[in-house]
Amino acid sequence: MADLRNNFVGIKSPNPFWLASAPPTDKAYNVERAFKAGWGGVVWKTLGEEGPPVVNVNGPRYGAIWGADRRLLGLNNIELITDRDLYTNLREMKQVKMNWPDRALIASIMVPCEENAWKSILPLVEETGADGIELNFGCPHGMSERGMGAAVGQVPEYIEMVVRWCKQYTRMPVITKLTPNITDVRKPARAAKSGGTDAVSLINTINSITSVNLDTFSPEPSIDGKGSHGGYCGPAVKPIALNMVAEIARDPETYGLPISGIGGITTWRDAAEFLVLGAGNVQVCTAAMTYGFKIVEEMITGLSAWMDTKGHRTLDDICGRAVPNVSDWQYLNLNYIAKARIDQDACIKCGRCHIACEDTSHQAITQYVDGKRHFEVMEDECVGCNLCVNVCPVQDCITMVGLEPGVLDERTGKAVDPNYANWTTHPNNPMARQAAE
Amino acid sequence: MGTTETGILSGRLSPVEYEKNFSDLHPPLDEHEALVASDRCYFCYDAPCMTACPTSIDIPLFIRQISTGNPIGSANTIFDQNILGGMCARVCPTETLCEQACVRNEAEHRPVEIGRLQRYATDIAMRENRQFYQRAEPTGKSVAVIGAGPAGLACAHRLAVKGHDVVIYDAREKAGGLNEYGIATYKAVDDFAQAEVDYVLAIGGIEIRNNQMLGRDFSLNDLLAKHDAVFLGLGLAGVNALRAEGETAEGVEDAVDFIAALRQSATKADIAIGRRVVVLGGGMTAVDAAVQAKLLGAEEVTICYRRGKEHMNASEFEQDLAAAKGVTIRHWLQPKRIIARDGKVAGIELDYTTIADGRLTTTGETGVLTADHVLKAIGQTFEADGLGIITLQSGRIVVDAEGRTSLDRVWAGGDCVLGGEDLTVSAVAQGRDAAESINHVLAAASRPAVAVA
Repeated sequence: MADLRNNFVGIKSPNPFWLASAPPTDKAYNVERAFKAGWGGVVWKTLGEEGPPVVNVNGPRYGAIWGADRRLLGLNNIELITDRDLYTNLREMKQVKMNWPDRALIASIMVPCEENAWKSILPLVEETGADGIELNFGCPHGMSERGMGAAVGQVPEYIEMVVRWCKQYTRMPVITKLTPNITDVRKPARAAKSGGTDAVSLINTINSITSVNLDTFSPEPSIDGKGSHGGYCGPAVKPIALNMVAEIARDPETYGLPISGIGGITTWRDAAEFLVLGAGNVQVCTAAMTYGFKIVEEMITGLSAWMDTKGHRTLDDICGRAVPNVSDWQYLNLNYIAKARIDQDACIKCGRCHIACEDTSHQAITQYVDGKRHFEVMEDECVGCNLCVNVCPVQDCITMVGLEPGVLDERTGKAVDPNYANWTTHPNNPMARQAAE
Repeated sequence: MGTTETGILSGRLSPVEYEKNFSDLHPPLDEHEALVASDRCYFCYDAPCMTACPTSIDIPLFIRQISTGNPIGSANTIFDQNILGGMCARVCPTETLCEQACVRNEAEHRPVEIGRLQRYATDIAMRENRQFYQRAEPTGKSVAVIGAGPAGLACAHRLAVKGHDVVIYDAREKAGGLNEYGIATYKAVDDFAQAEVDYVLAIGGIEIRNNQMLGRDFSLNDLLAKHDAVFLGLGLAGVNALRAEGETAEGVEDAVDFIAALRQSATKADIAIGRRVVVLGGGMTAVDAAVQAKLLGAEEVTICYRRGKEHMNASEFEQDLAAAKGVTIRHWLQPKRIIARDGKVAGIELDYTTIADGRLTTTGETGVLTADHVLKAIGQTFEADGLGIITLQSGRIVVDAEGRTSLDRVWAGGDCVLGGEDLTVSAVAQGRDAAESINHVLAAASRPAVAVA
């Protein structure tokens, strides 16, 4: 049985599945239920400074997009940080941590970009016994208009400054949560590292309008006929999050900086992908908000079963394993040649591979052979683009098969070159390094 | 259930039982069900379902329109090819047509519910009386259509769209043909056939003259004298004789008459049915009659078919439906003699049959079934009275690919033509295509001749 125990910047939890700072972690009642369900840790919903708490809209807070059968694919929200009194939250945090000493409890914090604001809240949080803090530099809506959240996360200098204050005024580990609403996510990560952060967590939500009401011409969610952009999350954002995690994991300047991976994690498989791309643990929100806390059972057993099957004993055996395989395009092997192959026994003859290739790509899949409806790859036209694989409704019906070195590529009429060769040395590249003459 | 008294009796059930037994066989999909069902469509390219549809409805497109919340556009797509798409959605043997071709069968042995989705879209459009077609400028041409069944209605509608005036002559009280008189009640409830006739006629330019029978009230030549073209959608008015002794005994009835009477009855309580019913035949009509006999309260209903299960014209689905309703289907039995007592049916003697040297033959063994009601569903025949010298083959009208008969200015389609599949949807396709052919000829005739320099 795989050992799923997690040690993230010294914070221990029985498994790597934490609930992200969000509505599911806003109060003791929810967090107690989450721990009972088996979650390894929670990042308590973001605390603001002392005084009257923020207020939320009193209309809808969420918008969504759906896939087939109304499966939720993407969710956006315009909810702010906790709208409960600071001391109520602190009291509950302390009690929950006492009740669940083996679980991780992290406090998410967002206060104005002033040294005193951070200096005064940190001891209060420390007193609860929380295991660490997460700096909310990510929230893209509402709070950012007040100079907090993503407004800080989009300015690397501010990130570095605030992280430095936090490291100065608390002994707790500092996790800096990054916004994806930025051109190059490595910049804020580097700034956080310069400030002395113990880890980064990402991604926070993405600026979004999920839909527009075509009767009222108002964006959804609509508050009295108006809408504003919200923060987008859920399965749809996972590819964006994976890339950003990988970018930081392989950046020489931040290499080795612990990462808590966030963004659309719905199943054990999603979590495993974040872990192998360099995350030390993962945070989940939308999946829990869609299906309830019980999904963690699937995540734990799924990850464990996969690790057992593959012979991985601990999380250290898998974390970051895919990072060396993330490359720049220019270093991809141009001598690797793959062709699509259709399993005729699995083919249901829907014709989608044909029409996708015929209308939009390379005219490399037949529709009829000997007068019969028959879909087959014409290797002399196939560039190996993989579109047919992606549009085929039957899993593993179409696969990409790499040609062995020496085999004839019917498209180019040349044998497959066994040697690795990339764009940097390609004759068509005007910037190619010339061999010394 | 009600009384088990022997004899052909009405009112065997309570009103509640009649109501329940003759309600919609497949209740309509609600919006949620339609969205879930439409999600399963893969939007196949050059879709096999579309090829399998005799009217070539663009099925992937109409289903995609449902899935995107556009049922009206979906109905438009359906009606473009099949103006009787509402009835076809109810009565088509989809399990042998579009749904049999669905690629989902390959993947998970369960097709997309194309028929029910078609009903969903067409029901909405018809309920809102959304009309999608306007008549072209009047051409001044007049076409006679004989028969207001599926072929005739489809032909008339397409001709009206093209701007021609249409007069439909129909022998019955009501228009609709088999849609009105020949469909099992639970397949088209709430007087749907008449609602559909009204929907089709709303285009304008179509006049229906009821109780006008070819050969009795007019001849083909009469119509050719009055109209520019004639379409024959006559259907099959005759029924095959049993050719068994005792056929005239009280209690021997044609299944088509029994089904028609049921359709015309509001409550069904007035339709008399025997205690032990034997239905002779192996097609859809046999199943429709047998199932409804059971639903009327018959204690025992047995279909006797003279060949094997694999030879039955009734689809697998229909056979299963009959079995589910408690009908016994027996094969390799051919009627030999109706046993009558006091002039009334008391039983039926049957020959066991087999195939020897490729021919159906009796084995010499016989059996007897007790019965007080025998329904004959052994096939219908075409009656050619009043047609004159039109070319027939195997008792049906010979037509070419466009529906032209051997006579100038006369087209035909539906069950009365040779090579038809005896399906509503095929009749619609033939009526529609004949209309295109008629329009082509009429338009060519009305174009002024152009001198060739």
